[in-house]
Amino acid sequence: MNPGFSILALIVLMGAVGAMTLRNLVHCALSLAVTFAGLAGLYLALGAEFVGLAQVLVYIGAVAILIVFAILLTRPLDTAQARPFSATWVAGLAVALIVFGVLSMAIHRSGVGADRVALSGGVTVREIGDLLMTWYVVPLEVVGLLLTVALIGAVIIALREEAPRAEDAAGDGPGKGIGKEKEPGHREP
Amino acid sequence: MTTLQSYLLLSALLFAIGFAGAVTRRNAIIVLVGIELMLNAANLNFIAFWRYGAGDAAGGVMFVIFSIAVAAAEAAVGLALIIAVYRHFKTVNLDRIHSMKG
Repeated sequence: MNPGFSILALIVLMGAVGAMTLRNLVHCALSLAVTFAGLAGLYLALGAEFVGLAQVLVYIGAVAILIVFAILLTRPLDTAQARPFSATWVAGLAVALIVFGVLSMAIHRSGVGADRVALSGGVTVREIGDLLMTWYVVPLEVVGLLLTVALIGAVIIALREEAPRAEDAAGDGPGKGIGKEKEPGHREP
Repeated sequence: MTTLQSYLLLSALLFAIGFAGAVTRRNAIIVLVGIELMLNAANLNFIAFWRYGAGDAAGGVMFVIFSIAVAAAEAAVGLALIIAVYRHFKTVNLDRIHSMKG
């Protein structure tokens, strides 16, 4: 096991544990960004440069910031009972441990990849672009449609409930919603 | 030399951490963070299998690119839902959000 993988794995795991256990929500979001950065490093080490950069752009640049905005827009849990974990956290932790045990046992027993070595040479961005425009053009269009629907849906869902239903609501309702909410803009990879 | 199994074990551990957080935390936003961690564990599996796989096609990379796009849409819609729920219940504490109508 080479040291680069060990360091990146340590960063990823410590970030993940921090994101799940810290009490301060902003610390959770920053810890999550550390995890995403470590995963981007792992992708780069595995030879998937475009995916690593997309990870940095989409996850660190958009998703983590989106989570920070959501934290800022909502109030933290009531300070009287500041326990961040639910009352049945022992059962949840036990189930998570069982899940990890089953997964690791399956990985060990199956012996998958024991005789495999990492291939050299990845795909270039030019090849990815060619494939996106030829073989994967239908999924690309579907993903574009999905992102458009998600954009509109997120704006509609997050619109205020007590939106004014006056006679001018039809005129400036959607525009006001877009201006007021925070999602649009940073979503396309 | 790093083996495929170490990547798979790291991915399984990341999935388990995300799952534990999603199940045990009380704040809805952190639950969504746990779901994001689980999605990232799946993406790491895709890339690891692609790197150690037999073919030289770009299948794994393309799958992860589309997966990232879908995860971004999921995060946006999920956070919008949390904002809407917060407006309604005035809290993001999942222990308090247990009435389906009203």
